[in-house]
Amino acid sequence: MKQILNLILVHISHPSDNHALMVLKSEEKLPEILPGQFVEVRVDNSPTTLLRRPISINYVDKVNNEIWLLVHAVGEGTKRLCSLKEGALVNCILPLGRGFTLPECGEKVLLIGGGVGTAPLLYLGELARSIGAYPKFLLGGKTSADVLQKEDFRRIGELYITTEDGSEGEKGFVTNHSVLSAGEFSRIYTCGPKPMMMAVARYAKEKAIFCEASLENMMACGLGACLCCVEKTSEGNLCVCTEGPVFNINKLMWD
Amino acid sequence: MAKLSVSIGNLQLKNPVLTASGTFGYGIEFADFINLNDLGGFIVKGTTLQPRQGNDYPRMVETPSGMLNCVGLQNKGANYFCQSIYPQLKDLNTNVIVNVSGSSPEDYAECAARIAELDNIPAIELNISCPNVHDGGMAFGVTCSGAASVVKAVRKVYPKTLIVKLSPNVTDIAEIARAVEAEGADSVSLINTLMGMAIDIERRKPILSIKTGGLSGPAVKPVAVRMVYQVAQAVKIPIIGLGGITTAADAIEFLQAGATAVEIGTANFIDPAVTIKVIQGIDQWLNEHNIPDVNGIIGAAL
Repeated sequence: MKQILNLILVHISHPSDNHALMVLKSEEKLPEILPGQFVEVRVDNSPTTLLRRPISINYVDKVNNEIWLLVHAVGEGTKRLCSLKEGALVNCILPLGRGFTLPECGEKVLLIGGGVGTAPLLYLGELARSIGAYPKFLLGGKTSADVLQKEDFRRIGELYITTEDGSEGEKGFVTNHSVLSAGEFSRIYTCGPKPMMMAVARYAKEKAIFCEASLENMMACGLGACLCCVEKTSEGNLCVCTEGPVFNINKLMWD
Repeated sequence: MAKLSVSIGNLQLKNPVLTASGTFGYGIEFADFINLNDLGGFIVKGTTLQPRQGNDYPRMVETPSGMLNCVGLQNKGANYFCQSIYPQLKDLNTNVIVNVSGSSPEDYAECAARIAELDNIPAIELNISCPNVHDGGMAFGVTCSGAASVVKAVRKVYPKTLIVKLSPNVTDIAEIARAVEAEGADSVSLINTLMGMAIDIERRKPILSIKTGGLSGPAVKPVAVRMVYQVAQAVKIPIIGLGGITTAADAIEFLQAGATAVEIGTANFIDPAVTIKVIQGIDQWLNEHNIPDVNGIIGAAL
């Protein structure tokens, strides 16, 4: 069941100049949250920002009843969120959207992310490992500084990195990384810039590997009411907010 | 508690708060947040005789105190509504109103006739004012003859309460209101979105897929209040006011401008429970001002 909750910002850190990692605590028991789901965050005290901002759920800490949000400051709304101070109340609607399909015990899975698109892969990797799958992470960025939460990912599974400038890991794009040539994965999950996800989808299709991608289309309501965030699919225009954000790549009309 | 019930033609509303079409889905999407039965009614998304895919993405962009959209009436058609959605809504204890759109007067009439068969849909809202479709929509709503032709065709086949949603993208909205009143409309709702545009200055191109879209949200409220005020002096049928309402004070402003009821639209996106807060806020305001009946403030500013 979706809820509107005032969450308390108990910790905020800035893993880069234009990102914030927000740890939000709920006084009520958090609802069940699936990896890949997102929240719609209200931006308060920002006259130029009317709509909520959809933000991926980065991690769910069930013990402490907290969720983590990794926010990329790209516009007025997200900049405002990144500047919040600990103790602030953050009004969220959650959980929203359809999450990733979890792997089965024993499966080897590859989670490929770029930029802030790495955010939902942390919780997905954690749950995949908890059910006995073997998650590996392949994360890309322009430079080493763009690849965030490396230690958090390493705690869950092996981490491979690509950077466009070669400052860390292999130089180039994620789809050029040598880990892909091993071809040992039964599932691939991806989230990040669309060109990156399209390249990952092409690779997965060629190899006939199950692959899901999490999309980040602009949205207003997050509830499937306004139909603004649609993506063209083999089933027609579907809402990213309710029928996604996670889609099987075979359904997407990317070719 | 003040008396909050109002009448729109034969339609009895337990309070004057409805939701605007296109901002509330089929209502079901909001059932986690509010009791739908607490609303005066809700207007489901624009329905056409045949399914429509709508426009390409991008379909929305945020603007100062508002947003532009060009959804383009994406819906699965009247039969889908009748067969799959109506059974989920028919036992609600509130007014479920269907917003009807079409490509020709005959098209509107056929869709309206289909919806008329549904016992527990007491009214339709005719959308002759959508700015985001080329075939129909606003094309009918910007001239008196176009608006009249649609209402005339629908009135012949639709005996229940007929609300006509008017476009603000006209020189004189009052004359359009008079034209649809003359053809037998029971009520007019205004305003639909204002046509606007936003440009991505880095790409040097309009952001929306069809370049223009409909502006909604608090930015349009003063325009909407003005138009309700003008139309209230031009017609005898009740007016439903909408455009940028986010608070009870906004709703009261529309009522005082001459609206009998209001619709809440874009605000549902920011607070899915806003409708209930507005209903409670109207009641509180009336009590604070010792006004026993909401009908006592309708048109108070005229």
